[in-house]
Amino acid sequence: MTARLVLENLKHKPMRSLLSMFLIAVPVTLILCLVGLSQGMLADSARRARGIGADIMVRPPGTSVLTLSGAPIPEKLVDVIQQQPHVALAIGMIVHPVTSVTFVNGIDLPRFNQMSGGFKYLEGGPFQGPDDLIVDEYYARQHKLHAGEYATDVLNRRWRVTGIAEGGKLAHLSVPMRTLQDLTGNTGKVSQIFVKANRPADIPVVMTELKTLLGPAYNFYTMEEFTSLLTVENVQGGALSTFIDVMVGIGVVIGFAVVLLSMYMAVLQRTREIGILKALGASRWFILKIILAEAVVMGLGGTVVGIGLSFVARWLIESLYPASLTQAITPLWWPIVGGISLAGVLLGALYPGLSAAAQDPIEALAYE
Amino acid sequence: MSEPLIEIRGLQKVYRVGKVDVPALRGVDLDVPPGEFLAIVGPSGSGKSTLFHIIGGLTPATGGSVRIGGQDISSLSDAGRTELRKNKVGFVFQKFNLLPNLTAADNIAIARHIAGRGQTVEPAFEEVLKLLGIAQRLNHKPAALSGGEQQRVAIARAIVNHPAILLADEPTGNLDSENSAAVLDVMRDLNRRLRQTILMITHNPEAAAFAHRTVRMRDGRIAR
Repeated sequence: MTARLVLENLKHKPMRSLLSMFLIAVPVTLILCLVGLSQGMLADSARRARGIGADIMVRPPGTSVLTLSGAPIPEKLVDVIQQQPHVALAIGMIVHPVTSVTFVNGIDLPRFNQMSGGFKYLEGGPFQGPDDLIVDEYYARQHKLHAGEYATDVLNRRWRVTGIAEGGKLAHLSVPMRTLQDLTGNTGKVSQIFVKANRPADIPVVMTELKTLLGPAYNFYTMEEFTSLLTVENVQGGALSTFIDVMVGIGVVIGFAVVLLSMYMAVLQRTREIGILKALGASRWFILKIILAEAVVMGLGGTVVGIGLSFVARWLIESLYPASLTQAITPLWWPIVGGISLAGVLLGALYPGLSAAAQDPIEALAYE
Repeated sequence: MSEPLIEIRGLQKVYRVGKVDVPALRGVDLDVPPGEFLAIVGPSGSGKSTLFHIIGGLTPATGGSVRIGGQDISSLSDAGRTELRKNKVGFVFQKFNLLPNLTAADNIAIARHIAGRGQTVEPAFEEVLKLLGIAQRLNHKPAALSGGEQQRVAIARAIVNHPAILLADEPTGNLDSENSAAVLDVMRDLNRRLRQTILMITHNPEAAAFAHRTVRMRDGRIAR
């Protein structure tokens, strides 16, 4: 009976109920998008790193898993590493930012193909000259590029797009290593070195050899270790994690404010009905329970709508910015945002509920 | 004569309006035996509604005593008065006061639910619904019912938990003469068939004529 009363109350003012659910859904969607983008982009980075086919990554001093700037490693080190007894292949690579989330890789294409198995071209083919560019399918879709066309928005230079490659290897953009080295003033230098061991069992031995060879200032990661370190907690020394926490807090506050206003309005509108229930013998707890139950239904409804909107957001991002942003769907976060919404709505409904429960029945019945 | 169901002695109620004390009841004495249909008449401000509110447990008394079935309710706490409303009294109001979002059946069911008696009415109560003439209208919401039908639903809701007392505050005040007569007939039938004790406030002498006895209030007292 209580459930029917709650549902009928919500149905009685459908616009108020739907609007409240939508407003509760907004922070739910924000949180899910933020978490989804964080996890999606990190997972995408890990997938691309694995796509290179290396076993070990060597990064210069002063870098971390998520930060890499410039090209301070002498290219001749690639050949030195290549000479090590258990190393099957070593390749150097230069990385340069194009935008805050898009990078271009300078690669030695034959050696990269040897390590990774090569690009799978959807259109066109490999580099034919120094000003050639290979883009992945996502970048091509976002920038409406086709093989044979020219791209002018990469490092202020006119590049000929020779190939559109399947995604999942390296960055979205690849150019000849020599060109990028010269263009960025890093002739003879690389940003990082990828190493493939003769056999998987040799990886620890190679790691030891490299550490001995290059010294402790360099950073060495097995690819397994590198991808496992690509987590929200590791981004910017935990700043992303803190940012998500702040967004969660904002979600609770918005849910609280929306439901506080909505339920306060509802209690005012239903003063007489509360008086009727009290005349029938309804206790304070019964009245409070109805108000809280309405808020819970709105909170759960808002959560479901918010989850649905996160799918819409992902579709929009994939359609509009396939190369810039990758949003994952994060089902593990659904109960968390549900809990966050419920916490917000219960807090928001508490004051209106308590004031409704405390109403004088005679005054409530006289309310017009 | 049987023991009174309601025994009121020296009942006083003072309302505080700003910094001024306004006496609404100035020492009411009244006995109501079980099964009586009593009409209470009097001008506006005479204290009729206040008397009802105290008997019905909607507000506490300032002084004196009210005993219902031997229990003194004048000193009950808020929770105690809630129990009283739940189990011992049923209200019928001038403005019907049905919950607008629920059907007639649900308006009756929620009274049972609040009293902890489940939602389904007892089979015997089906007869009462037929007597009230609303058995075919139970699936309608109040907005789809006439005033007379709404008031009969309100009566059904008020007695569904078998209260000792039915308190009716101007039950025909919002009804035309035809519907007024129908509602009063129903109340008289309930009183006769179920020995339902009824206290009815009214301004209408014709309505008061349906009762066994009429008491008149003036200036917060029973007029002699």
